[in-house]
Amino acid sequence: MDPVFLSRLQFAAATMFHFLFVPLTLGLSMIIAYMETKYARTGEEVYLRMTKFWGKLFLINFAVGVVTGITLEFQFGTNWSRYSAYVGDVFGSLLAIEATVAFFLESTFIGIWIFGWKKLSAKAHAGVMWLVAIAGNFSAIWILLANGFMQNPVGYAIQNGRAELTNFFDVIFNKHGILEIVHVVPASLLLGAFFIMGVSAWHLLRKQHIDLFQKSFRIALVVGLVTSLWTAFSGDMHGINVSEKQPAKLAAMEAHWETQKRAPIVMFAIPDQEQEKNLIEIGSIPGLLSFLGFHDFNAEVTGLRDIPKDERPPVLPTFVGFRTMVGLGTLFIILMIYGWFRRNKLMESPRFLKIMLWSIPLPYIAMEMGWVVTEVGRQPWIVYGLMKTANAASPITTSQVFISLVGFILVYGLLGAVGFYLIAKSVKEGPEAATK
Amino acid sequence: MELQTTWFFLWGLLWAVFFLTDGFDFGIGTIYPFAGKTDVDKRTMLNAMGPLWDGNEVWLITAGGVTFAAFPQVYATMFSSLYTPLMLILFALIFRGVALHFRGKIDTPAWKKTWDTLVFVGSFVPALLFGVAFANIFQGIPFDGEGLYHGNTLKLLNPYGLLGGILFVLLFILHGANWMVIKSRGALQERMVTISARTWLVLVPVAVLFLIASAFFTNLYDNYFKYPVLFLIIIGAVAALFATRFFSSKQAWFKAWFTSALTIFCCTFFGIAGLFPALFPSSMNPDWHLTAFNASSSPLTLKIMLGVVLVFIPIVIAYQIWAYTLFKDPITDEDLGLDEAY
Repeated sequence: MDPVFLSRLQFAAATMFHFLFVPLTLGLSMIIAYMETKYARTGEEVYLRMTKFWGKLFLINFAVGVVTGITLEFQFGTNWSRYSAYVGDVFGSLLAIEATVAFFLESTFIGIWIFGWKKLSAKAHAGVMWLVAIAGNFSAIWILLANGFMQNPVGYAIQNGRAELTNFFDVIFNKHGILEIVHVVPASLLLGAFFIMGVSAWHLLRKQHIDLFQKSFRIALVVGLVTSLWTAFSGDMHGINVSEKQPAKLAAMEAHWETQKRAPIVMFAIPDQEQEKNLIEIGSIPGLLSFLGFHDFNAEVTGLRDIPKDERPPVLPTFVGFRTMVGLGTLFIILMIYGWFRRNKLMESPRFLKIMLWSIPLPYIAMEMGWVVTEVGRQPWIVYGLMKTANAASPITTSQVFISLVGFILVYGLLGAVGFYLIAKSVKEGPEAATK
Repeated sequence: MELQTTWFFLWGLLWAVFFLTDGFDFGIGTIYPFAGKTDVDKRTMLNAMGPLWDGNEVWLITAGGVTFAAFPQVYATMFSSLYTPLMLILFALIFRGVALHFRGKIDTPAWKKTWDTLVFVGSFVPALLFGVAFANIFQGIPFDGEGLYHGNTLKLLNPYGLLGGILFVLLFILHGANWMVIKSRGALQERMVTISARTWLVLVPVAVLFLIASAFFTNLYDNYFKYPVLFLIIIGAVAALFATRFFSSKQAWFKAWFTSALTIFCCTFFGIAGLFPALFPSSMNPDWHLTAFNASSSPLTLKIMLGVVLVFIPIVIAYQIWAYTLFKDPITDEDLGLDEAY
C-alpha cells in the first residue's frame, strides 16, 4: 500500500460520502423554498407545516453535508499537493469563488432561516430560503466547473512549470463543465423529489396527514417528471461530448475493445482488463453505440485496445456504473409517467406508493454511479491528458494517510449512521398535527 | 509586485477575520462544559452562536480557498506539511458542526452528554491547534526546496508553539465570554462576566510573554525594525486588550466584544506583518521560504480573484453584519422554545 493508493481511497470515500448528502440538500432546498412561498402567498397552514416538516429533514441532512464538505477542500492540499501546485493557478480560483460567492451566502442565510421564524415576515423568511437554495445550487455549479477543468482542461497554458490561467472565460464556459451542471443539478432535484415522494408514500400508506402528504407528493411528482426526462436528455448530450473528448472513458463505459464502425452496444458483459476482452457478452445491438456516442449509426468508435495500456481506465466499475445509472434513469422516467396518471388517485394506488417508498435509495445509487463513471472513467488521469493521478499526490508517508483514512471511515461511518437514524426518526414522527 | 503584496495582506485579512468571527464560537465551546451548569445554560450558549457559527466557519473555507487560488504552492506545501494537525482540526470541526445540530434532537441525558463532549472537543482542539500551527509557521517549518517536509508532528508542540496555542485559546475564551455576556441574562451572564475578567488577567501575562518569546524564537521583529510604523499593530493589540477590560468594567458589553475582536485581529496581524513577504517560511534555509513573490499565482489569476474578492467580500460582510444585528439580543425562553432551536 502506497500513499497514492490510500489517498485515492480516502478521497473517493470522502467524496462519495459527501455526495450522499449534497444532492438532497440541493434538491430539497428548492422544493422547500417553493412550499414556503406557497405558504407566504396563501397563508394556508398546511404549507407551513409542510415547510417545517421537510425543513427538519433538510437540516439534518444539511449538517452532515456541510461538515463533510470542508474536509474535501483541504484534501487537495493535504493529499494532492503536487496536483494543487501544478494546476492551482486555474483550479484554486474556482474553489475560492465557490466559497466567496456561494457558500458564504448559503451558510449565513441557513442560520437566519433556522432561527429567524419569529424575526422575519413570512415573505422575507421564504425569501431567505430561496437564497439558501440558490446559493447551494450555485456552489454546485462552481464545484462542477472545477471538475469540468479536470475532465477537459481549457483556458490554460503550461508556463513556469505549471498550468497557468490564460482565459478565464474558457474555464467558466467550459462545455464539459456546463454539461455536467445541466445534468447533475436537475438530477439532484430528481433525488429530492423521489425522497419527498417516498417519505410521503410511507405516511399515505398509513393514512396519516393525508392532505399534507398528498400535496407534497404532487409537488414532487411534477418536479420528478420534468427532471427525470431532462436528466436523460442532458445525459445524452453529455455522452456525445464524452465520446468526442474522452474516447477512453466511452470505451470503458461500454467495455468496447475493438475499434470499429457501426459499433454495437452490449447489454451485459463481464469485461476482463488483463485479457483485453469481454469474457461473456449478451445482447449485442449493432450500431447503437455509434449512434449514442455520435448520433450516427456508422460512426467509428475507438476501442480500448487502441488506447495505450497505461491510459485505460478501470473498465469494470465504469461499465457497471454506467449501466446502473442508465437503467435506473429509465426506470425513473417510467415511474414518473405512471405516477402522473395516478396523481389524483394516490390513495387508491397502494402498490405504486409502496414502489415509491422503496425507490428512495435508487436516485442515490444512480448519482453515485454517475460519479463513479465520471471519475473512475477519467483515470489514470487526474486532469485529463495533462496530469496523471499517480503523479499528483503529496509527499506524505503511508502511515499518515493510513491513520487519517481509518479516522475518516470511523467518523464518517458513525456520522452516516447517526444522520440517517435522525432522518428516519423525524420521518416517523411526522409533521405537527393540524391545529384545526 | 504590488498585486502579490496586496494578496499577501488579503490572505492575512481572511485568516484574521476567521479568527475574530469563529473565534468566539470556539471560545464559547471551550468554556461550555464548565460554565454551563444547567441544560438551560448550555442551550443558551449553543443558541447564542446558533445562527452565526455556520457563516463564521466559511471564513476558514474562504481563507483556505484563497490560499489555493492566490498561492497554490503555499496551499500545497502548508497543508501537506501540517497534515496531521490539519486533519485533527478538520475532524474536530466535523464534531462541532454535527454536535450543534444534533444535540437537541433527542432528549436523553446520554445523548446530550455525548454531544456536549464533542462541542468542547470540536471547539477547544481547533482553537489550540490553530495557535500551535501559526506559532510554528512564525518560527519556520522544516521543509526543503522541493516542498518536502522533514519535520515531526510532535515537534510542533515545542514551547513557543504551545505558547501560541494557549494564547489563541485564551483570546477566544475572552472573546466568547464577551459575546455570551451580550447574549445572556441573570446568573449565566454574571458567570460570563467573571470568566471574561479572569481570563483577561491570565491573558495579559501570556500575551506579553508571547511578544517577548517572539523576539527569541522567530524573526518576526526584523520587519518591525525595518518599518517601525508596524509597531502600531502591537500598540493596537495592547490598547485593544486594555480597552476590552475597560469597557467590560463599564458594562459596555458590545464595545467590550468589539475590542476583544480587535485584539484578535491585531494579534493575527502582528504575525502576518512580521512574516511578510513569507507566507510559509522554511526553517531549513531562508532561500526556500514560500513568499508572496515566489509562490503566487499568475498575474491574471490574481487580478481576477482580486476583482471577485473586492466585489463579494464587502457584500458578505454587509449581510453578515445584518445577521449579527438580527441576533444581537439576549436569548429568551421564547427563543429556546422554538422547534428549530438547538
